[in-house]
Amino acid sequence: MTDKVTSVVLVGVGGQGILLASEIVACAAMKAGFDVKTNEVHGMAQRGGSVVAQIRYGRSVNSPLVPEGTAAVLGALEQIEAIRFAHYVSPDGAAVVSSQAIVPVTVSSGQATYPQDVKQRLTSVFKRLVYLDADKLAAEAGSNRAANVVLLGAMSLTLNLPAEAWHEAIKASVPSKHFETNMRAFELGKKAL
Amino acid sequence: MQLLSGNAAIARGAYEAGVRVATGYPGTPSTEILENLVAYKDSVYCEWAPNEKVAFEVAAGAALAGARSIVTMKHVGLNVAADPLMTLAYLGTVGGMVIVVADDPGMHSSQNEQDTRQFARFAKIPVFEPSDSQEAKDLMRVALEVSERYCTPVILRTTTRVSHSRSLVKMGERVTDLKPVKFEKDPPRFVPIPVWGRVMRVKLEERLGKLQEAASKSPANRIEWHDRNLGIVTSSIAYQYVREVFPEASVLKLGWAYPFPDALIREFAKGVQRVLVVEELESILEEHLLAMGIACEGRKFVPGIGELSPMRLAEAKAKMEGRSWQPPTPPPQAADLPGRPPVLCPGCPHRGVFYALTKFDVVVTGDIGCYSLGVFKPLSRIDTTLCMGAGVSMAHGMDKAGEGRKVVGVVGDSTFFHSGITGLLDIVFNRGKSTIIVLDNRTTAMTGHQDNPGTGRTLMGEATTAVSIEALGRACGIKRVRTVNPYDLVQTAKAIKEELEADEPSLIISVAPCILKEKKPVGPKRRVNTDACRECGMCLRLGCPAVEGTKGAPPKIQEMLCAGCGMCEQNCKFKAISPVTEKGL
Repeated sequence: MTDKVTSVVLVGVGGQGILLASEIVACAAMKAGFDVKTNEVHGMAQRGGSVVAQIRYGRSVNSPLVPEGTAAVLGALEQIEAIRFAHYVSPDGAAVVSSQAIVPVTVSSGQATYPQDVKQRLTSVFKRLVYLDADKLAAEAGSNRAANVVLLGAMSLTLNLPAEAWHEAIKASVPSKHFETNMRAFELGKKAL
Repeated sequence: MQLLSGNAAIARGAYEAGVRVATGYPGTPSTEILENLVAYKDSVYCEWAPNEKVAFEVAAGAALAGARSIVTMKHVGLNVAADPLMTLAYLGTVGGMVIVVADDPGMHSSQNEQDTRQFARFAKIPVFEPSDSQEAKDLMRVALEVSERYCTPVILRTTTRVSHSRSLVKMGERVTDLKPVKFEKDPPRFVPIPVWGRVMRVKLEERLGKLQEAASKSPANRIEWHDRNLGIVTSSIAYQYVREVFPEASVLKLGWAYPFPDALIREFAKGVQRVLVVEELESILEEHLLAMGIACEGRKFVPGIGELSPMRLAEAKAKMEGRSWQPPTPPPQAADLPGRPPVLCPGCPHRGVFYALTKFDVVVTGDIGCYSLGVFKPLSRIDTTLCMGAGVSMAHGMDKAGEGRKVVGVVGDSTFFHSGITGLLDIVFNRGKSTIIVLDNRTTAMTGHQDNPGTGRTLMGEATTAVSIEALGRACGIKRVRTVNPYDLVQTAKAIKEELEADEPSLIISVAPCILKEKKPVGPKRRVNTDACRECGMCLRLGCPAVEGTKGAPPKIQEMLCAGCGMCEQNCKFKAISPVTEKGL
């Protein structure tokens, strides 16, 4: 094992399942035999705020915080959050962004506007971008709540974790009755590229 | 091995080290410690106390009776517990007692970013600082052992990034050989009236000397020799950033920083060419090294405002090396993105009270909780926040100073129990006239819905007396006590108007449960009838996240978000908002 530490950043809005996605990535890294550290922002997420989860894995990890500009991949369940945290991605890193738009209260109360050109902004910011409708694919898989696992499926292609590790991680992290649906969601995410 | 947060690891550490009594008051980022520890309730008695001072005193009582105890709080909570802290250092402990304090550098969810290490020095007691979850568990055991061996309370200090980060932890078993619990009567030891207190004072200094020697030899502190050109003295989470940014440097890692392990510090300083101190917030280590006569640098390069991070430290390194370098920042495409601040949930009962207050030209002295979010537009109905309970007392202060407008104090139920009662007593006792509103949503919401004296349930899960805020208000001597339903905007505004006009103190209690905790809608979801809507914008003045305004078009109510509270419908003069029937509108 090299000394290299792989960093993953997940962003979204409270209620989208970012923390569960973070749990799965951390678990997959553990199953693959790596040291793992994570950081998740608490509390404010339930009150409509942005959620950021950071996962780092390698032979030995020091900082739980991802240094800006070093993430191998940024996964975003809400599209403008991807732009807000774009500087976390390394120059040759990738962004996997769901086209979901959640309007913040600053917009709904008339104080700000939600940009109309998000896709163009994303393409100009990220050299490697996967832009997908995670919610639609989740519905195809059989559950509206599995958009986070669809995103992980797409992200998994940019990370060096074996398929078996992902499989076991999902099994360990979701209720057994939802396992098949979540595996379908994961596979649909992989195919979305 | 398990992936545990720092807080979960601290709880596990307390369990494994034989803690029998654990108390606290909720406060981010410390709250999860007790929430995790109560899983071991068959072995550990856990309670939420009304405030940190009471929590501390309860734990102290347990420790003096011989039981290992902990008390948990956030950094500002230690301010509340400072009175018993300072004198317990004189009494000492019998069973080990650890005060777990979670600091918040960068103020992710706090009103200030004070450095708890100052308190350790002020109280003359040891402070331990873990830098990850395994250390958090291990240092809890070490802290309790030191506490018992030297008969001193001990602080275990964590920060947001240690408490809320997760890392791998090896589990162990609970110790079985615990001290028997039986208080040994010994007034000269436990009653610091001056004649005995002065003797304790001298013993305190002697103990400090012994602790200093022990710290220099403790495995909690260690030197990591690498390149001898640069030696870095560091502690807490900063250690992890140092290992990322200066992998080649020698490091003195302090897990037990006070009393300062001078012998170890001198040994380290002698072995390197240049000494850099990397610490968050206060320059405690740097100033001590300079006082010891050791040349070193710290704040010259490392910022003391806000939290550190790998990139902020990389910036400091560049400065040291004479390079101009900045960490990556958000791209220009992010500059005009709408902010996503936390807001009152759709259906939050507090919204009703704040909206009713917008009808009046009043100054609102607020307090700490979900309702602090009432400060944001369009409600803009919190004018000051200071500390727990200040919402009540500051209203009285402004009134007595001669403020021309009426001043309304607003506090939550948990805050009221914490330190609002004494403010209310002050208003009655000192002939004030203030109108105080208690927002009773029957929970301690912002920190994650913990129980408090009004909820009727303990942390251990037992039913208990639910203290009545109404009865408390009358017992304090307030004659004008009334409850309002915050979902009835007209009734609430009328009640506020009447109480503001009264020439004596008033207590208004807004009673409605927290919508996030209830997890069910208040009533049927609402919908805008676009034909009837005149786009007057009145519904938008509530600031509800579910009501989306669009320029030049009727507002839209997000069905997924709507909690059915009906406030928007009440505010619409054109009857353009109505419930969604089963058939749909």
